[in-house]
Amino acid sequence: MVIRLVVIVIGMFGFGFALVPLYDVFCDITGINGKTNASAAVYTAPEVDESRQITVEFLTRTHTGMPWEFRANTKRIKVHPGELTTVDFYVRNPMRKNFVAQAIPSVSPGEAALFLNKTECFCFNQQPLDGGGEATMPMSFYVDPQIPDDISYFTVQYTLFDVTARADELPNADNPYLNRAGRSD
Amino acid sequence: MTKATDLPSHGADVTADHENHHDEHEHHIPKGVMRWILTTNHKDIGTLYLWFSFIMFLTGGAMAMVIRAELFQPGLQIVEPDFFNQMTTVHGLIMVFGAVMPAFVGLANWLVPMMIGAPDMALPRMNNWSFWILPFAFTILLASLFTEGGGPNFGWTFYAPLSTTYSNDSTALFVFSVHIMGISSIMGAINVIVTIFNMRAPGMTWMKMPLFVWTWLITAFLLIAVMPVLAGAVTMVLTDKFFGTSFFDAAGGGDPVMFQHIFWFFGHPEVYIMILPAFGIISHIVPTFARKPLFGYASMVYATASIALLSFVVWAHHMFTTGMPVYMEMFFMFATMLISVPTGVKVFNWVATMWRGSMTFEVPMLFALAFIVLFTIGGLSGLMLAITPVDFQYHDTYFVVAHFHYVLVTGAIFSIMAAVYYWLPKWTGKMFNVGLAKAHFWCSLISVNVLFFPMHFVGLAGMPRRIPDYSLQFADYNQWISIGGFAFGLSQLIFLVVVIQACRKQGEPVSDRVWEGANGLEWEIPSPAPYHTFETPPVVK
Repeated sequence: MVIRLVVIVIGMFGFGFALVPLYDVFCDITGINGKTNASAAVYTAPEVDESRQITVEFLTRTHTGMPWEFRANTKRIKVHPGELTTVDFYVRNPMRKNFVAQAIPSVSPGEAALFLNKTECFCFNQQPLDGGGEATMPMSFYVDPQIPDDISYFTVQYTLFDVTARADELPNADNPYLNRAGRSD
Repeated sequence: MTKATDLPSHGADVTADHENHHDEHEHHIPKGVMRWILTTNHKDIGTLYLWFSFIMFLTGGAMAMVIRAELFQPGLQIVEPDFFNQMTTVHGLIMVFGAVMPAFVGLANWLVPMMIGAPDMALPRMNNWSFWILPFAFTILLASLFTEGGGPNFGWTFYAPLSTTYSNDSTALFVFSVHIMGISSIMGAINVIVTIFNMRAPGMTWMKMPLFVWTWLITAFLLIAVMPVLAGAVTMVLTDKFFGTSFFDAAGGGDPVMFQHIFWFFGHPEVYIMILPAFGIISHIVPTFARKPLFGYASMVYATASIALLSFVVWAHHMFTTGMPVYMEMFFMFATMLISVPTGVKVFNWVATMWRGSMTFEVPMLFALAFIVLFTIGGLSGLMLAITPVDFQYHDTYFVVAHFHYVLVTGAIFSIMAAVYYWLPKWTGKMFNVGLAKAHFWCSLISVNVLFFPMHFVGLAGMPRRIPDYSLQFADYNQWISIGGFAFGLSQLIFLVVVIQACRKQGEPVSDRVWEGANGLEWEIPSPAPYHTFETPPVVK
């Protein structure tokens, strides 16, 4: 009896931690926390739904203590579901120090996140930038034509976090998006 | 002397001559402080728990006095905002984990073996441990207030990132003290479950168990289900803060909203942990003083079980404003409202028990009646909060503070006071000072409503909680609230006097049954309850 109860206790302690991946899986399936795909989706060239237009708005902000300039070159765009679109974001590191940044997206309403497929995004990786450097970072996406009719407008917000202290790699200049002279691509 | 042994005897051939056993075992009790440190006796440990919880109640109450003194006037007068935040945090932690929960564990220790006809708890040494680690937990928590930078200031709910990114180093002390409290609760719960499963007297079938035993059994299962989740949550906060993990940090791929999901997965069953034993207590007191058997015993058991089950699927009603999709908010809204059905069954049963009963109004009954009325008010404001669209207005206002203080102070704490007044004569063998006890009741009843009722109004008008300052238009009500608060705090000193007098065995001797209408095994044994009871199991018919 005691042993069984102790097993329940240990099991529930484990369950507390299991809630972390469960939460992610649940949110992945339902999209309710507005998180988007974390690695590149493949553009399967679905049939473009010309009959509908969806307005996608882009918001940017930097997290507390993050000194970079960060803005969306395209504030708002109308797309047909199924159409592959690329928008650009501009960042500048005004400090002398090298930084590594991580952008975290959040989609509102959350259900729209399920239908936003990004084929390329600066948010997939950490972005290093030397002091004084600037970059234009592209993001390519298409909206799944399965998107429900009642979603005609959604917002994608990127928050830029300073992750220099815990960066995977040391800050260096191999940022593919780096603007040495205009756009790198 | 029928059988000379210094171990609790389970022998079947011993005649139940409690007076003899009483004398015999008196010799084996160590004297002085070692008696209390080494004790494995359920009654001693129950007493320790109850005194500990009373001391914590007064400590947490003193912190509430600081909060109310600061809020007596708008503006900042007495304490720094950071210290104010530490007071709200530690007040909440102490009242939940130090006052209410240990009080119920203490009552369970005293009463569960006596009610089911067992000689002691099933695991007496673990029982000793589960009590004696508690003072260390609260010493650590209180000591953190004196560290550089102060104690925890992020609210008892310790939401990330307040408790991770923005907290100070004393968070580690907070985390370890919560770990110890959790271990203590889990050990207590295991003990209760094993005792109830294995040590019931012959004939004590499940559906003959007294309701306090039933409600505690279900509470104990809730405890072992959710306290480990709390331990997991504080551990994640610890590693996020000190070891570079990012469970709750979006920059590292975590999610701060997930903290709230994990916390409230613990937190909502926790509020039922603090009220289910209260339901059991009221279900003993009302029949006694209405002189009628409890109306709807079986429905009480099923209602308790369904409240416990439902408590696992309502947690997100604490988080309506975090931006959940509408269908989730609908689900949690309706699930929450569903809980009012079994709770309503209970209130109905208590009222039906009183219906046409020969009621008398002794002190425990006064507290029980106040419980029924005031807990129902707290339940109704809970229903209002459950309605998602209006919760957007009420969220994080004093309305929430009013709600949970009605269910916890006039609910849980009043039931604990009712229980103490009800069983105290059985424990001490003497009737407590009834005049003082009535004074305690009336002072508490009036002041507690002056204290908490106006909080509804300032909350609906938009006064936010956990802020040391407020707009001028809330000033009048806040003065009333503070006056009620000071009066309620002082009223508890009357309670202290009554309990001290009773423990010093002052007062008229009482009969074994104590109350005319009392029923149950604990009233069959002598008053005061001998050190060892039911060494021969009674037979329940």
